[in-house]
Amino acid sequence: MTTLVILGCILLVGLVIFQIARINEMIKRIKGEEEAVQQSNDNTALSVLLFGIVFLALALYTSYHYKDRMFGYGPMVSASKHGVWIDHSMHIMLVITGIVFVLTHILLFYFVWKYRYKKNRLGWYYPHNNKLEAVWTITPFIVLAYLAINGLVVWNKMMEDVKPGEDHIEIEVTGMQFAWLLRYPGMDGKLGTKNYKLISGTNDLGQDWNDPKNWDDFKPDEIVLPKGKKIRVRINSRDVLHSFFLPHFRVKMDAVPGMPTYFIFTPTMTTDEFRNNLKKYPEWNVPADPSDPESKMKWETFDFELACAELCGNSHFAMRRAVRIVTPEQYDEWVKSQKSYYLANIRGKAEDPNQGKTIKINGVENSGAPAEKPAEGDAGVKADSTKAE
Amino acid sequence: MSTQNIEVREEVDEIIEKNGYDDHFHDHHASDKYKSSFVGKYIFSLDHKMISRQFLITGIVWAIIGAAFSVIFRLQLGFPEADMAWLKPLLGKWIVLNDAGIGSISQDFYYALVTMHGTILIFFVLTAGLSGTYSNFLIPLQVGARDMASPLLNMLSYWFFFLAGLVMLYSLFLSTGPFSGGWTAYPPLSALPQASSGSKGGMNLWIISMTLFIVSQLLGGINYVTTILNLRTKGMSMWKMPLTIWSFLVTAILGILTFPVLFAGVLLLLFDRSMGTSFYLSEIFIQGAALENVGGSPILYQHLFWFLGHPEVYIVILPAMGIVSEIMSVNSRKPIFGYRAMAYSLMAIAFLSLLVWAHHMFTSGMNPFITNFFVLFTLIIAMPSSIKTFNWLTTLFRGNLRLNSAMLYCIGFVSFFISGGLTGIWVGSSTLDIPLHDTYFVVAHFHLVMGVAAFFGMFAGLSYWYPKMFGRYMNETVLKVHFWITLIGAYCIFWPQHYLGLAGVPRRYYRFDSFNSFTGWEGVNEFITISAIVVFFTQLLWVFNFFYSMWRGKKVTERNPWHSNSIEWTTPIIPPHGNWPGKLPKVERWPYDYGKDGKDYITQITPYAEGEEVIAH
Ligand code: HEM
Ligand SMILES: [Cu+2]
Ligand SMILES: [Cu+2]
Repeated sequence: MTTLVILGCILLVGLVIFQIARINEMIKRIKGEEEAVQQSNDNTALSVLLFGIVFLALALYTSYHYKDRMFGYGPMVSASKHGVWIDHSMHIMLVITGIVFVLTHILLFYFVWKYRYKKNRLGWYYPHNNKLEAVWTITPFIVLAYLAINGLVVWNKMMEDVKPGEDHIEIEVTGMQFAWLLRYPGMDGKLGTKNYKLISGTNDLGQDWNDPKNWDDFKPDEIVLPKGKKIRVRINSRDVLHSFFLPHFRVKMDAVPGMPTYFIFTPTMTTDEFRNNLKKYPEWNVPADPSDPESKMKWETFDFELACAELCGNSHFAMRRAVRIVTPEQYDEWVKSQKSYYLANIRGKAEDPNQGKTIKINGVENSGAPAEKPAEGDAGVKADSTKAE
Repeated sequence: MSTQNIEVREEVDEIIEKNGYDDHFHDHHASDKYKSSFVGKYIFSLDHKMISRQFLITGIVWAIIGAAFSVIFRLQLGFPEADMAWLKPLLGKWIVLNDAGIGSISQDFYYALVTMHGTILIFFVLTAGLSGTYSNFLIPLQVGARDMASPLLNMLSYWFFFLAGLVMLYSLFLSTGPFSGGWTAYPPLSALPQASSGSKGGMNLWIISMTLFIVSQLLGGINYVTTILNLRTKGMSMWKMPLTIWSFLVTAILGILTFPVLFAGVLLLLFDRSMGTSFYLSEIFIQGAALENVGGSPILYQHLFWFLGHPEVYIVILPAMGIVSEIMSVNSRKPIFGYRAMAYSLMAIAFLSLLVWAHHMFTSGMNPFITNFFVLFTLIIAMPSSIKTFNWLTTLFRGNLRLNSAMLYCIGFVSFFISGGLTGIWVGSSTLDIPLHDTYFVVAHFHLVMGVAAFFGMFAGLSYWYPKMFGRYMNETVLKVHFWITLIGAYCIFWPQHYLGLAGVPRRYYRFDSFNSFTGWEGVNEFITISAIVVFFTQLLWVFNFFYSMWRGKKVTERNPWHSNSIEWTTPIIPPHGNWPGKLPKVERWPYDYGKDGKDYITQITPYAEGEEVIAH
């Protein structure tokens, strides 16, 4: 019912506008076309000029107003090394295109007002001027060349793969509808081999349990990384395209089934440091839950996040994982506390190819007897990583 | 609508009679068979002017559908908690009710709406609707031809487009819904029926519809090119053609070169879907089963798609550029500045647009070294774009501007093209594209530069050529109201999306509250949605004006109401079949002699006066 009333009102407004417009046209005809046209032309020119002024003023004002939510400004500093370079390029881009935007718009709106129709005046017969055109071919060329080279220098630097032997941590993320599966290499620093045909209810990545490299891999439910260390993320997909997006680190790379991709970055701030920086801004010093003034402050609840940035189906918008950056010491401790997925969930079960055999994991003998299986710490991992929307 | 005015012979008739070219058209067509029946005249018409109107009206219908879809999904984004149960009678199971009886748009439906919105607006409205209308209407009239080179192919072009639309429309009524994987239709999502309900029957129909559409585009394109190259009237050398014709020519060639590649892309997709091939599929485990396909690459599809997809965005904008150049010059009473530069930059843009497709794929996982080339080409394409912008500005400089609605839309076009074009440089730089790709920043960019700008070109053209199409004027006051609300409204919708994108908010999200990083924009999203609703209803006002004026608009009483130089205005007020009743006009000069030698305008068929300077433009 209310819908009908609203639609009725809109229709009515439309009709009123239309009627007024018709009358307006008639008045014009009665007043004499020539004079009316001149009059309305003057009004229109003035409106365009006013629009231009308000438009540019609002564009500048709103940019300033939202500044502290933008990449690279205020609390939105980049938490990764290459991200700072990106933000710097973006800043240069903003200044240059901003100037062009304002100048061209000033010319546009000013010309419309200045050269509005006047009776008995002719337009200036000015068909071309090669010199002028050369100027605005060469100037943009120089500016664009500068921007392109500036961007590409950064691009090639940040896309460089790790060199053999270079110190880094490699982790793996795998997208699926609709979750991210995480895998760390364990003590040996190497990720075990996988085969998608081995995927099953207890083996959601299809790890090959014959491969010793798999025996110590662990699968946490949040990404934890040390500050200051080069991270190489191996990015995979199990089904359709996804995209590994860490907004605070300026990281984005598609996850492609059948073709592993990677992204390399170095975190430069721990979660705590980032929170302390947020604390400086009043908009972060409000209760996180507006209905509960006693709740924690917004900056205290801040977490880095992993999102999906490539449409992957109807729950694409809900593929979240938390990301925690810690000090290298805290990281080592955390790694130690993680239990191998193989030992916790596979060892000794029907899927285990080494059932009854004694194997060596990173030099430690493991007979597979129940007592040697770690008791706590892993139950949640398995349940969570296979959870689909 | 079709009341034939009894016209006085005018000076132009004398000139045509004296200098024109007699092709003995009326000896053959004395009893014009085209006009014989209702079906022949209005439905399976072979007349380019009628086909143009068919494209136009079909395009308007699709534009309303596509825009209505966007209003519905904008409601979800602006007011995610609002009760949508009132839409249930219309949308049925797409509105899901919770236990409390509060209705909301289902996720499947949300993505289906977004996908259909994109597909419809880009292909059906801004490609077929825009090119189909103006190329058909203006090419014969502005180059001085009786009709298109092949009226039959022309008719088929429309009916293939119509069929493509029917198939797409039908997919909306499938129980599994229309395709919902985005207008770019990336596999594997689009290749695997088990990946999403929209990838079932809806995707098959999407592919069939696109195939029919590609056929329509090729038939139309070949016709446009042939007509422009072969059927120009006496004296109409290439460098005397209006810029509209240049833009239609370049657009048509670009379409002919790239649409077949899209066809290849979707054909392989169809094979993957139905015949077990593995062009795009490899190592997939989905819905509890590991698929046999290995060795394919989803990236291959992206290359094929964007090889059309990027030129496609120029297919959309180039005709609008041509229209704006023409109308702006006429209403500035001043020649277009740098005519040849304008034509060459059209060609340069079209050529370069074939070399930049992978700038949509900077984060796709392709080799980062190759990216260097695509960045360079992408930024080079900004040069011809900036030449055009500066030339438009100089065209205004020291003109005598008639600020009628057509001219206002042109000014709006330039503003949108600047705003959206500058952000193209941002996303064209691979470095900045890492954080910005697939965020609202890209949404803001392409809607301003292509969506709204192309629409403004279309509106400008309709304000300007409506009198030629229908023999009446649209209500000018309504057009101005429409212009202002749409100009302001479109900026209200798309400008704030830059800020969302710069904060990292991803596009194609059904809700934002799963992430802390993307919340805090609720007020802005509400504002955008309200603006979108206002703009939507303003478009309906325009549509009402359009149809109302066909029968009730002010009648056109003069042959050349805008005092324009191009030759479509030398035809009778309502051009008959064959366009010129007698001889074809002979063209003497370029179309932009405004303000020359103290004369306000000199039509293209006016011979050079004795001693008049012939300027090589
Ligand atoms: C100055 C010239 C331009 C440059 C440098 C440029 C650059 C780009 C780039 C690099 C992207 C990809 C961004 C991303 O997905 O992250 C993009 C997207 C897009 N551009 Fe442009 N562009 C320009 C002009 C245009 C024009 C004239 C149009 C249309 C007429 C257009 C329409 C689009 C569309 C539709 C998309 C989005 C495609 C999608 O859905 O992913 N652009 N542009
Ligand atoms: Cu996703
Ligand atoms: Cu592109």
